[in-house]
Amino acid sequence: MILGIDIGSRSIEVVGMAGGEVVEKRRAPTTFNPVAQLRALLDGLSARRAVATGYGRKLVQDLDLGYPVETITEIKAHGLGAAHHFPEGRTVLDIGGQDTKAISLLPGGRVGKFEMNDRCAAGTGKFLEYTAQIFQIPVQEFGLYALGGDEPPIINSMCTVFAETEATSLMAQGVRPENIALGLHLSIARRTTNMLQRVGLVFPLIFVGGVAHNPCMRRLLAEQTGTVEGQTLLVPAEPDMTGALGAALWCRSLVQG
Amino acid sequence: MSEAYREMWENLNLDLAAHDGLLSVLGKFYGDIYMSQQGRLKGMEYLDFVLSEVHGLRIKELQDAKARGRKIVGTFCVFVPEELALAVDAVQVGLCAGADAGREAAETLVPRNTCALIKSFIGFKLARLCPYTESCDLIVGETTCDGKKKAYEAFAEHAPMHIMEVPQTKTEAARALWKAEVLRYMGKLEDLTGKKVTAENLAAAIKTVNARRRALQRLNGLRAARPAPISGRDVLLINQVSFYDDPVRFTGAINTLCDQLEERIKAGEGVAPADAPRVMLSGCPMAVPNWKLPYVIESSGAVIVGEESCIGTRNTRDLTDESGRTLEQMIDALCDRYMKIDCACFTPNAERLDNVESMARDLKVDGVIQYALMFCQPYAHEGIKVERRLTAGGIPSMSLETDYSMEDVEQLKTRVEAFLETVR
Repeated sequence: MILGIDIGSRSIEVVGMAGGEVVEKRRAPTTFNPVAQLRALLDGLSARRAVATGYGRKLVQDLDLGYPVETITEIKAHGLGAAHHFPEGRTVLDIGGQDTKAISLLPGGRVGKFEMNDRCAAGTGKFLEYTAQIFQIPVQEFGLYALGGDEPPIINSMCTVFAETEATSLMAQGVRPENIALGLHLSIARRTTNMLQRVGLVFPLIFVGGVAHNPCMRRLLAEQTGTVEGQTLLVPAEPDMTGALGAALWCRSLVQG
Repeated sequence: MSEAYREMWENLNLDLAAHDGLLSVLGKFYGDIYMSQQGRLKGMEYLDFVLSEVHGLRIKELQDAKARGRKIVGTFCVFVPEELALAVDAVQVGLCAGADAGREAAETLVPRNTCALIKSFIGFKLARLCPYTESCDLIVGETTCDGKKKAYEAFAEHAPMHIMEVPQTKTEAARALWKAEVLRYMGKLEDLTGKKVTAENLAAAIKTVNARRRALQRLNGLRAARPAPISGRDVLLINQVSFYDDPVRFTGAINTLCDQLEERIKAGEGVAPADAPRVMLSGCPMAVPNWKLPYVIESSGAVIVGEESCIGTRNTRDLTDESGRTLEQMIDALCDRYMKIDCACFTPNAERLDNVESMARDLKVDGVIQYALMFCQPYAHEGIKVERRLTAGGIPSMSLETDYSMEDVEQLKTRVEAFLETVR
């Protein structure tokens, strides 16, 4: 078996391939001990080669797993993984735990141009997780909750801390919490669409990363980019496995030479 | 080097404890980034030595020069004509502006949203960390951006300043303004030193500075070889050292290094494999010891083969015409040479786009990484234009904005590695 390992800020994913097919998928939270988490995830898997990606990619390389480990960036990995699901895709959006990436795709899933958010986690999964806490809602349910809104206020602050202040003062003004939640989602969708346009937004657009699970983000992204889900906006079944899948695919190409 | 120079630093009124801290960080930083390189040229030992004595022996030389009656002139910008300072036998040095130092103190004089370079030179002064600044008899500022302009007003309360007005366009009127400013500066230097600029001493100074530029041009020419015979980090260091080392001694050392480079090229040897991605840097200056981005790029497997920057080709590309016989002709030649600088402070500045593209082609680069200091409006604006020009010319490029802090190193690494993946 060959492996693709994606160590992100929030979660670790492992994809195993054999005979050109995906035969294993595992995931666990990163926590403050990613090495122990990864070792537990890899338990019982006999691999002969691996490719690591994500911000912890160098960590995997230093682990001495008993088989060769190469690294690629999460940008390349997401390009490969997304194009594998949807070969017709032209642009990729990945919203992960602390990074947002917009990637224009060349044939074969190669990366043309890319953009990433700056050093802060504005507009990422972390932003949603943090703001969901204001509503005392688990982040997994935050999207559904926000879909209960119909008149989103404009929220200008992309800084997570300032956005909380803004949301709190909107509550004090009597704005319905569902609308504030919708406004927070909208601020991310706007910012993200902007980033997509900077790499030259061409359709179909593939939306991956953990935040692609969020139904409100999918709907707002479709609205902002003028796409239709299932046609010009494509979301794979397990969007958070895309990076690990891309790494596994790259590993396969290395094995095949 | 600490003990031998303590008394000198004390006399310069440095904050000794903080200065010790700075030197130890600098030493470690230099060890990690420079001494860890494989296959360096023997000639780089000179640079290692100069850098190890950057606050020691070179400062001692400046003090000795002062004792003999020579004046020390500090600058921050490639617009200040060194030829004039040399003509009146003054020593010109570039001042410290490449490290995060005294930031809190600096933010009492300039707004927080000011670029790291400006904050750095103010911080070095207020925190009493830069022996160069403290050695200066005159510090020359220039009006190349709003941030610097206003910062010099605040700086003048702490140091003897002279401001040169750099024009914003390249019209005839702008050229006339620049000439008036060059003459006014010349008068200032003559008052400071009690010496007159003459056709004789200015001709010699023009030759000295041109010789240094030629040595650096030669170095840049040799880098076009594949595999690259020298690392970008080393060439950046050479450019940085060119601002404060003795010009004649430095020129000799660089020509010796170039001889070694020629031998290395003949033998087909390089510092990186022949297929390593070749990257050109373009944009804001990287003042010593700002080596962050070059280190990130080269430790990701690429080799930097050019710096389109003030601490790079913007300072060395153009020579001053040496054919002038009268003082007036020489001053005109100087004005013409300095007006060729393609600084982002000019509007329009179309020649920079041409220069960036032709440099990228001459050096056979695989990609250009544009570097802007956060809050540097002129280069951030031009970054958009440069990227368009390069894309139209089929040259891959990427823009990065950063400062002197280390908190974004991992993010920078990811971007740089991803960019290199696309050009490999």
